[in-house]
This record gives sequence, structure tokens and C-alpha cells, in this order.
Amino acid sequence: MPLTQIKEGRTVRLVSIESGYGLKNRLASMGVRPQTEFTVINNHHPGPFMITVKGCKMMLGRGVADKLMVLQLNSENQ
Amino acid sequence: MKKINVALAGNPNSGKSTIFNMLTGGRQKVGNYPGVTVEIKEGKARRDDYEINFIDLPGTYSLTAYTLEERVARDFIINKHPDVVVDIIDASNVERSLYLATQLMEMQVPLVLVFNMSDIAQRRGLLFDLEQLSKLLEVPIVSTTGNKGLGKQQLFEAIKKIVEEPPQHIRQANFGTEIEQYIEQLKPKIEQKYPELTAKCPSRWLAAKMLEQDEEILKKITDPQINQQAQTAIQKIKGLLGEMPEMIMADHRYGFISGACQETVKTTAELRHEFSDTIDAVVTNRYLGLPIFIGLMYLVFELVFRLGEYPMDWLEGFFGFLGAGVENLWPEGSMPWLKSLVSEGIIGGVGEVIVFLPNILLLFLAIAMLEGTGYMARAAFVMDKLMHKIGLHGKSFIPMLIGFGCSIPAIMGTRILEDRRNRLTTIMVIPLMSCFAKFTVYALLIPAFFPVQWRGTMFWVIYLIGILLGILSARILRSTVLKGEDIPFVMELPPYRMPTAKAMLMQMWTRAWLYIKKAGTIILAISILLWVGMNFPRPDIEHTSSPQLTQQQIKQLELEHSVVGRIGGAMEPAIKPLGFDRNIGIAMIGALAAKEVFVSQMAIVYAVEEDAKEMSLREQLRRDYSPLVGFAIMLFCLISAPCIATIAVTKHETNSWRWAGLQFFALTAMAYVITLLFYQIGSLFI
Repeated sequence: MPLTQIKEGRTVRLVSIESGYGLKNRLASMGVRPQTEFTVINNHHPGPFMITVKGCKMMLGRGVADKLMVLQLNSENQ
Repeated sequence: MKKINVALAGNPNSGKSTIFNMLTGGRQKVGNYPGVTVEIKEGKARRDDYEINFIDLPGTYSLTAYTLEERVARDFIINKHPDVVVDIIDASNVERSLYLATQLMEMQVPLVLVFNMSDIAQRRGLLFDLEQLSKLLEVPIVSTTGNKGLGKQQLFEAIKKIVEEPPQHIRQANFGTEIEQYIEQLKPKIEQKYPELTAKCPSRWLAAKMLEQDEEILKKITDPQINQQAQTAIQKIKGLLGEMPEMIMADHRYGFISGACQETVKTTAELRHEFSDTIDAVVTNRYLGLPIFIGLMYLVFELVFRLGEYPMDWLEGFFGFLGAGVENLWPEGSMPWLKSLVSEGIIGGVGEVIVFLPNILLLFLAIAMLEGTGYMARAAFVMDKLMHKIGLHGKSFIPMLIGFGCSIPAIMGTRILEDRRNRLTTIMVIPLMSCFAKFTVYALLIPAFFPVQWRGTMFWVIYLIGILLGILSARILRSTVLKGEDIPFVMELPPYRMPTAKAMLMQMWTRAWLYIKKAGTIILAISILLWVGMNFPRPDIEHTSSPQLTQQQIKQLELEHSVVGRIGGAMEPAIKPLGFDRNIGIAMIGALAAKEVFVSQMAIVYAVEEDAKEMSLREQLRRDYSPLVGFAIMLFCLISAPCIATIAVTKHETNSWRWAGLQFFALTAMAYVITLLFYQIGSLFI
């Protein structure tokens, strides 16, 4: 499912990036690639996203978050 | 003495500037890369027999052609051939930092890796075996603590060693049999057809970039046969591996990195920035984020304009004193025009520039503080939702807010925006935010035409019109001239840290110095030009006038006779439909120098007595014009051509007269149309 549907505090694994190579490349260079796991810290609906990837905080525009297909991981909180 | 060039590369927020300051001891100059608005910093250091010129490349994550910064960094390496490239590795994010390093290795540049702040990372639970990592990557690694100046000596030694014994072989990531096979096929063709290119950069790199369909390289390698071959290869790779080559290559780079890091970088605990997380929980909170941001911006505004007011007053006093001194000391009767040029044109003109300096210094200090602590990125996060609606990013809000004080520092402040379209749009609409100089015009006109109970509302209305027009213009620009896909908004939010006072002051000063140097010369030249236009040709007072003319009346005659006065007169038919007469026209031309000049010009054309200027000027205005015209003047002042200084700064910041010209003419045309509509429609009702 797209990252935009993930609630704050959940950890996800990136499955694919449904976009052109510009964005894929840029995300890859910043360490966000398929199989990368990260946590959603802030989902400013309908604003930008804040995530933590390996201890590093990043902001994603909503347009970007829409293109990230993820798998929700942490069920231990539930 | 041997001269060598050393380029500093690294991710944004990797502590690159700290290392740069450590190496150069703060002796540096900031300039712009030709044609673009990316800052370049250079600084020199002397060591043993070497004069080392350090170049601080823009912070990047990669070396593709997607962003301006990456292109600038890459072009520098290709064209300037630095003797050594020092790549700063963020010790708390080794794998990502090494991604850039692998691309530097592909470009076959002699590399030194610097692990910055590794002591802090170690305390947080990261363990490094730098010796082993250095062996695996075949690259020297130095560990430093930039803010304490540790590791400087070792870094110099490593640089020296590379210069004296350049590495024979530089390791690079293997892209896998399929891709490597096509690279090998492309290589000889490129070498044969483009010897001048392969002299500058390795043919393997060029071939790889062909497979990545790198825009810049495709512009250089246009040979149809090579392109055809690359296309076929891409299709075959895609068919075979199910992905575009560039993604597979990225995978292989990361594979290469994790191979090297597997045994050498160990995490004993998950990295956490608890302090940062606590602040972020408040500062980027859904409900608190915006009020906190607005509060902080208010503080910046206060700091820049309230605190800046005092030194501004002193400087104004000083230049007034200097001007008066010249007037008094000038030998009576000898070359009165030169006296006027020196006291009004030069001292007045230079004064105009320098008077803003306290504001600009304070503003750059505030920006350095917001950037240095890491808050700027959060401000962009908080404002993004709102700004997105007008086609801008969150960060654009900050310079726009500063625009309410003065457009000049605001336009210079747009440097914090990375996206070029975003930045240009912001620069174009900043003049619509009513600045302090426009406020003085409103302050003259509103009390002259409107009853007390309406005055507050009128101020509010005119400011609001500016904001709304700004929003509208931004939307129009983003859907016409500056249309285009945004660079996808992905931004790192660095952990909060306390920047050193020295680093902040240095950043403030280097930026302010650019203002003094560039804007100063242009603004000075133009104020002299305008002075000439307002003073020449001179009327022959002896013949045309009777002796009982007052000082003010002589000034009025002089102004009407001058080039500016004549243009104002000639403009009359054009501005008549706006409700303006020639007097307003003349004052409007004067307002080009600085908006507040409108007020003094009106005073001159009305030949009012010096001592009762304000009072009687308002009365005269009320007698001659209707409130409708009064509001039309304000409207025109608000929208029309920004002052010359703003145009000059726009030219400097965009590096193009086209954008400065567009700003000038488009705003003036918009002012004309809106004022015309307002006055003509208004006349029907009143």
C-alpha cells in the first residue's frame, strides 16, 4: 500500500517506488531503496511526511510519499 | 612552492563546512559559479612546500545530473581536475555517505575519505575498523573531529602523500557481468569518437553514464551510432534483469559498500538522537508547529528591523553629517554641480547602500542561526502544506516574510531555496510584499485622504492586496514560464546542534560582503545616473525667473527642466487614465531610486515650505486629488517596478538581466492594468 496510508509510529519496509528514475535515483542516493526499513514519525495529513531511516530523519513531500509502496511491519505495538 | 587544488565533497550536513573552516582557518572567499546561483567557497592554506587551494563543493548525495548542486560538483571535477578530492563521511551514516564516494571512485579521482565526528558516533555505539575499511576500498581514511580541530595534521599528510605518489589504480564497484559487458562494448567507440572527452574523464564512466541516460552526457555524446548502441543495450539489460540499468548500478554500488562495511562498521546499538527527537516532537507538532514557526519568524523580523534600526539611525546620521560637511566646506561658488554630485549623488548613494548593512548583517546572522541549528529544515516541513497550495515549497516563506522589511535582503535570502524554479518564482513575487519604503508612501497618503477611523483598515487592505497579488503571481508563474515538475521534495532533517559563534559570524560576513561588493557598485552607479537625470540639464535661472523665487521654487523649476522632469511630462498622456498628472509622474520616476523618494519628490514638486512639509503637503494633496486617486497612487506604488536596488539584486542573484527585466516590466505592466481598472471602474461609482 502507498506510504500515505500509514499511520504515525509504524515501521514499514519499502517494496517499490512507482515513479520515474529521477526520484528513484535521488532516494537511492539518500539511502532509501527497496527493502529499506523506516519509521513514520509524522504524517501531516495532507502535508508532508517525516520518516527516520537508520537514525536519519527525512522529510518527504506528499507527492513522493504517494509513490512509495510499502509493507507495514511492526505488529508488536498492537 | 607547489600549488595544488583540493576539492571537498560530501553529503549535506556531513560537517563539510566545519572541516573546510578547520583546513583554511577561515580565510575564504565566497563566489557564485558562473551562470548559476550555487555558492562556491575557496580558501587557501600553506603546508610544507605546498600552497593548497581548498574548494568547498556543494553538498550532494550523488553525482547525477538531476540537481544543480550535483551538476556543479561534477562539472568542477571534470573541468578543473582537482589534484585530490576529500570526501567527508558522516560517521553516523556511513553507507549512505559512501554512496557518493563510489561515484567519485568511478570518476577515477584521487580520493581521501574523512570520517568526521567519529568520536561521537563511537560513543553512540558505532564501531569502526578504519584501517581495514581503508584496505578494502583502497583509499586512505583519516578520522577527524572538525569542531575541535583534531585530525588536521593527518589529513594534510594524507593529501600530501597522494600528490607525491598518485594512486596507480582506483577501485570501483563492479556493475555485474551484463552491464560490464555493454560498458566494454561502448568504451572503445567513445574513446575513438570523443578523444577530447576521454582526456577529461574516464571512458568507462562515460559509457556507464550513457547506460544511465545521463542528460548532460547525452548532450555531449550525440553520435547516433553510439546512442543507438546504448539504447539497444538498455533494452537488453531491462529485458534480462527487469530494471533500468541505473537502478541496477545503484544496487551494485550499495552491494560494494555493504561488502566493505560488513566487517568494518558495526552497530552495537540503534542510533538515536533523543535530544533532537524531543525538540521535534514539539516543533513539528501538528498543532504547535505553525504557531512556533510564526513566533520565531516574528523574532527574526524584530531582530532584523527593530535592533537594526539603531545602527541604521547612526549610519544615516553619519552620512547626513558627511553630506552636510561637504556642503559647508565646499569652496563657495566653485563648481556647484560637483558639490551636489558628491554630497547628494555619491555620499547619498553610498549611504543608501550602507544604511541597509545592519539589517542585512542581522538577517544573515539570523539565517545562519536557523540553518546552523537545523531549524530551517523544520520550518520548511511546517510551512510546506500551505506553501504547496501556491506552487512553492515551505522554505520560500522565509524570504517572503523578510520582504515586508526590505526586498534586498529578502531576495538575497532566497539562496536557501535549492530548487531553481522555486527560487525564481519567490524572487519575482517578493517585491509585492510591501516593504518599509512603501510604508512611508502609505503613511503620507492614507492620512491625507482617509478619515481617522478608516486609516487602519486602509493599511491592512493595501498590505493584503500585495499578499494576494503575490500568491496569484506565484501561481501564474508556476503554471507558465516556470512550469515544470518539481524536483521531488525529499529533504534531510539534520539533528539539532549548536553551531559555533565563529562559524555563524563567518557565514554572515561572507554573505554580507557579497552584498557590499556587488550590490554596492551597481546601486551606486544607478543612483549617480538618477541624480544626473534629476539635475540636468539645468534651467537658466537668471533669465527665466524673477529674484523673489524661493529656494523650493528654484528646486521645482530645476526638476521640471531636468531629463526626469521632461520624461515625467511626456508620460502624462499615458498615466492620465490612471488618474495621475505629471507631478505624480515625476515623483514616480524618482521613486525608482527608492520608494520613499516619492515622498520627498512630491514635496519638491509641490514647492511646499520646508518647515511645514508634512502637514501642508497632505493638505495640498487633499486639495488636488480625490481619495480615489490617492488609493490609485498607493496601488501603483505597491505593484509597480521595484526600486533600482531590488532590480540590481535580482540581476545579481539570478545572474541574468532577463529575469531582472521581466520583474521590472511585468510588475509595471501589472501595476498599470490594475490601477487603470481600479481608477476607471472606481470613477463610475464616485
